[in-house]
Amino acid sequence: MVDIPYEGIEGIPPAEVPDVELYHPRSWWTRYVFSQDAKVIAVQYSLTATAIGLVALVLSWLMRLQLGFPGTFSFIDANQYLQFITMHGMIMVIYLLTALFLGGFGNYLIPLMVGARDMVFPYVNMLSYWVYLLAVLVLASTFFVPGGPTGAGWTLYPPQAILSGTPGQDWGIVLMMSSLILFIIGFTMGGLNYVVTVLQARTRGMTLMRLPLTVWGIFTATVMALLAFPALFVASVMLLLDRLLGTSFFMPSLVEMGQLSKYGGGSPLLFQHLFWFFGHPEVYIVALPAFGIVSDLISTHARKNIFGYRMMVWAIVAIGALSFIVWAHHMYVSGMFPQFGYFFATTTLIIAIPTAIKVYNWVLTLWRGDIHLRVPMLFALGFIITFVNGGLTGLFLGNVVVDVPLSDTMFVVAHFHMVMGVAPIMVVLGAIYHWYPKVTGRMLNDTLGKFHFWVTFLGAYLIFFPMHYLGLLGVPRRYFELGDTSFIPSSAYSLNAFISVVALTVGFSQIVFLFNLAWSLFKGEASGGNPWRATTLEWQTPETPPGHGNWGKELPVVYRWAYDYSVPGAAEDFIPQNQPPRATQLVQGAAS
Amino acid sequence: MSAIILFLAVLAVIAGWWLSQQRLMAKPWLEEGAVGDFPGGDAMTWPAAKVGLGVFLAVASALFVLFISAYSMRMSVVDWRPLPVPRLLWVNTGVLVVSSVALQWSYVAARRQDTESVMIGLLAGGASAVIFLAGQLLAWQRLGAAGYFVASNPANAFFYLLTAVHGLHLTGGLVALGRTSAKVWRGAEIAEMRLSVELCAIYWHFMLLVWLVLLGLLTGWTDDFVDICRRLLS
Ligand code: HEM
Ligand SMILES: [Cu+2]
Repeated sequence: MVDIPYEGIEGIPPAEVPDVELYHPRSWWTRYVFSQDAKVIAVQYSLTATAIGLVALVLSWLMRLQLGFPGTFSFIDANQYLQFITMHGMIMVIYLLTALFLGGFGNYLIPLMVGARDMVFPYVNMLSYWVYLLAVLVLASTFFVPGGPTGAGWTLYPPQAILSGTPGQDWGIVLMMSSLILFIIGFTMGGLNYVVTVLQARTRGMTLMRLPLTVWGIFTATVMALLAFPALFVASVMLLLDRLLGTSFFMPSLVEMGQLSKYGGGSPLLFQHLFWFFGHPEVYIVALPAFGIVSDLISTHARKNIFGYRMMVWAIVAIGALSFIVWAHHMYVSGMFPQFGYFFATTTLIIAIPTAIKVYNWVLTLWRGDIHLRVPMLFALGFIITFVNGGLTGLFLGNVVVDVPLSDTMFVVAHFHMVMGVAPIMVVLGAIYHWYPKVTGRMLNDTLGKFHFWVTFLGAYLIFFPMHYLGLLGVPRRYFELGDTSFIPSSAYSLNAFISVVALTVGFSQIVFLFNLAWSLFKGEASGGNPWRATTLEWQTPETPPGHGNWGKELPVVYRWAYDYSVPGAAEDFIPQNQPPRATQLVQGAAS
Repeated sequence: MSAIILFLAVLAVIAGWWLSQQRLMAKPWLEEGAVGDFPGGDAMTWPAAKVGLGVFLAVASALFVLFISAYSMRMSVVDWRPLPVPRLLWVNTGVLVVSSVALQWSYVAARRQDTESVMIGLLAGGASAVIFLAGQLLAWQRLGAAGYFVASNPANAFFYLLTAVHGLHLTGGLVALGRTSAKVWRGAEIAEMRLSVELCAIYWHFMLLVWLVLLGLLTGWTDDFVDICRRLLS
């Protein structure tokens, strides 16, 4: 309506970082191996996490072989089955997803998205990766030690975790605890970086409310992880002492192999409290970065600003805070004081509110958007569907009376795979398709990508959806075989075989993805700096892949929020965050 | 778990206060323009290292508070037999206070650009921290000699565990202190070292505070308090 002159925009000096403050690699080793550059560390984190994640994938095939065709595979025995479950669960949750979202995506995206040259403590950041690698190696070594890895279940509940009779009682459990302790130390070093970089290293004009939601998600998840992992640390240290020094923090007096054991008085319930004080926030540590990333994918590929940005931010923060007071919903059948259940059921249902708000906002962002069904968008849509599915069964399980009969059945396995297995993996894959061009300068192959998406998405559904039904029938979780059980109809066995066949197919089809990653690195179509025509800062770097120090001589200056897509009256359907308002321009809302 | 919930509540209040300064109610889609146009929301003026230390202290506090939570839950089981806390711990506490004071003194000297006093403060602080750690080891040895072994009672186990975790954190601090002292020794500009000295001092005060809390717990002063907390929860 009114033309207002914008004076003085030119006069704002971009912040320049004195060259001396930047770290410069001097040799091949410090550039690619012992690098302090967050982008290299991010790639290191991602490759390591993927490698160990593939181990967990292979373990899931072995488990599926056994479940689908019991008695056929003589090389899997009951003990090994328990070991596979344990390692699979632990690797997937902690060493793959946590490391990938925070160490991988966090390292790559935070400095670029907030307009920083690097993390604020690059040296500590480098250490973080090496400690993580050590943790992974210690974990992997348990496959080769006498007795093999622990079979205590990823929850590691004492007393069984450290008693004879549980596989891996000698070495496996000790190394598992040590590996977790290392992981937490390494993560803390990285986490300090992510938090302080977001707090202190934002470029000019990048206020908190102009941050892309990806950064909000990763930032909040990191804060949560910094506060939740200490609980796992405490639990691991104390369990390790129980195992090695014979203390009785958690171990009650009991008879082991016909002998009264040396333990006495300890409280297994205490372990469960500590474990789930970490364990529930962990779900959101994996989910919040996924929420953030998916918001950005949807907005970019639907060419529309994110619906309700403020509410999205508040919801992330609210979920982060609330998730610390719901942990005991994992303990309804633990024998804790029963009335606790009411409190925790209530908080669990309350946390569904901000979560639901986020889902509505994604859907409303899509509503009448200019949706481009490119591969990242497909994965984002896949995420919404699987997440809603898993979230709804979560509402069931959050109620004590529903949970008690379903606890420890395949229903629970179906629920958590939907909500924290498949859904975050969808986001990881979508995010890789989205940011691969920035990391490498080349596009991933689109046809292979679409094939990969449909096989993975439909396959994951075929694997995990029937498990709900198995759970309702009463098929228990963590069982090597069902034996002769009168209440389980024979159809359950054929269903299990079906699931296994699909699981193997989907697993093997990931080869297509790995091939695509490798092939596109050399042969992919050149992407240019901003192939998706996105607004956020990482797409505006002077070089692609971004050079050392990210921004050339001057840091970018931010003039707007991260979601200026399809702004009415604008020349293009996106306005980068660092584009100054035109010298004279229409006052906001003029065209709407 | 009430201790950790209480601690998180305090953190939540701090975080909430900070967030309330960040214009979370702003409508960013309407706020196109340069930095100065919209007040608030720029990065803090503190140096990054100081914020980093603050975040780390929050994490370390969470760790100790979780140990305390576990302590108070385990304590209520009948097999708990409090152990006689060695007198030596009081001496050690005194030494740790001295250490903290020395570093504070060093920091004050750094503000006055008084290189020599900075160096003396750092050395005195470091030396007394080492003495403290040695004293803790001696206390362990005495307890062991008197037959209080780690595994013989949960109270003993917690005693060894808590002192060890505290000692390890202090040892970590000594590494940072050592590096700072070495730089000052080699003649680094005091103005540049001021921040490092300050951070060391802050960390030391924190470790002293943690120690006092742990001491209260281990000697049973805080029993009544723990008792109240426990009743609140059950
Ligand atoms: C690749 C497809 C996957 C398949 C086929 C699969 C399959 C399985 C199977 C068969 C079990 C054991 C069920 C039982 O007998 O109790 C299991 C357990 C588990 N899975 Fe997966 N899974 C997959 C991906 C994931 C992912 C991505 C995560 C990450 C969150 C995950 C987390 C877990 C956890 C936490 C357990 C429980 C382990 C325990 O009971 O201790 N899985 N999975
Ligand atoms: Cu939970």
